[in-house]
Amino acid sequence: MSTTAAIKKPSATWGGGISPFNVSWGKMFMWFFLVSDAFTFSSLLVAYGTLRHRFTEIWPAPGDVFTHFPFIHGHVPLAYVGFMTFDLIMSSVTMVLAVEAGHRRSNKGVIVWLALTVVGGFIFVGSQAWEWYHFIKGSENGAYVLEDGRFARTDALEPGMIFIWQDHNKTIYEGAEAQKLISTATKNIHGATLVENEYGSTPLFANFFFFITGFHGFHVFSGVVINIIILINVINGVYIRRGHYEQVEKAGLYWHFVDLVWVFVFTFFYLV
Amino acid sequence: MSDHKTEKHELKGYYTGDIHNQFVEEHETPNAKKVIWRTFWILLAITIFEVAISFTSINKDVLQWTFVALTIVKAGYIVMFFMHLLHEKFTFKYTILGPFALIAFLIAIALAEGMYIRIHP
Repeated sequence: MSTTAAIKKPSATWGGGISPFNVSWGKMFMWFFLVSDAFTFSSLLVAYGTLRHRFTEIWPAPGDVFTHFPFIHGHVPLAYVGFMTFDLIMSSVTMVLAVEAGHRRSNKGVIVWLALTVVGGFIFVGSQAWEWYHFIKGSENGAYVLEDGRFARTDALEPGMIFIWQDHNKTIYEGAEAQKLISTATKNIHGATLVENEYGSTPLFANFFFFITGFHGFHVFSGVVINIIILINVINGVYIRRGHYEQVEKAGLYWHFVDLVWVFVFTFFYLV
Repeated sequence: MSDHKTEKHELKGYYTGDIHNQFVEEHETPNAKKVIWRTFWILLAITIFEVAISFTSINKDVLQWTFVALTIVKAGYIVMFFMHLLHEKFTFKYTILGPFALIAFLIAIALAEGMYIRIHP
């Protein structure tokens, strides 16, 4: 349905009558919106980085926090979040294939790939809910707050063993030594709230986790809703009548942006 | 505008069909699917590599800078190939990318501030 048009092309690019950027206004404003949204996420991540540098000696190591994997009992650090990253990259691929099918004006192709993108989005949102559940619930024995304010954690260790994470060094205590530390502890914390968390002695770690992954998760959720609306339009043949699939392209830009933000969240929350 | 010289061009594309009814040129991208899947494998390989080296005992600073560099590479692939920014016009490309120089500046001053308030709380 692609049209070949004989149009008058003005010789001056900025003289009016054509788009100097050769993008429609809709697509251009999607890009401008994404730039502004990227600034919001950048500000959040920069704030996170600043305060992480402030509290670098007590900031928890991600490998000691995100240790759960569905149906596996034990310590599997970073595996599930690795899967989530794979899922989001995969759904980006299906989205870009939907856009490509749109360029070929293949309605059927767009339906298949867009539907798969929606499925990938739901898997990601579900995974994030699962991740939050375990983050909030915490480990079985939680962390003990020692008299000097340091946190002695028990996660992923044999019963009776504890470890202290300080200045990027992990010290493990066991037996009588561990018992002595536990008996003098002033408090036992389980899981995470906005006030305190068992992962480290600064509440900022959990606060940033909730705020930034929550903000990103909400973007994923909106992306899924947008993709479903576009999918319904495609199924109803709206874009066959319109003659082009630019709407799929715009939704695609938003979806890739969500993937793009996750690449940064993944690095700064789970790897570094 | 009427005094502009105009010439006839045969262009492939579509009219947006809304009130502006802009004409948008379309270009054939050869091997579109091949490029998509190549990008996917690169992103997957980088992610697996990142998770793998996070378990090694390489120097912490080296590791962190490697992660940051690989993240920017991944972001570049997503923006250039998935979001097709590579195929947009030069002016549009830098209208989008230019403002991020401000973010680079923000990172530099904010992280320096973070390290300063740690020493001087």
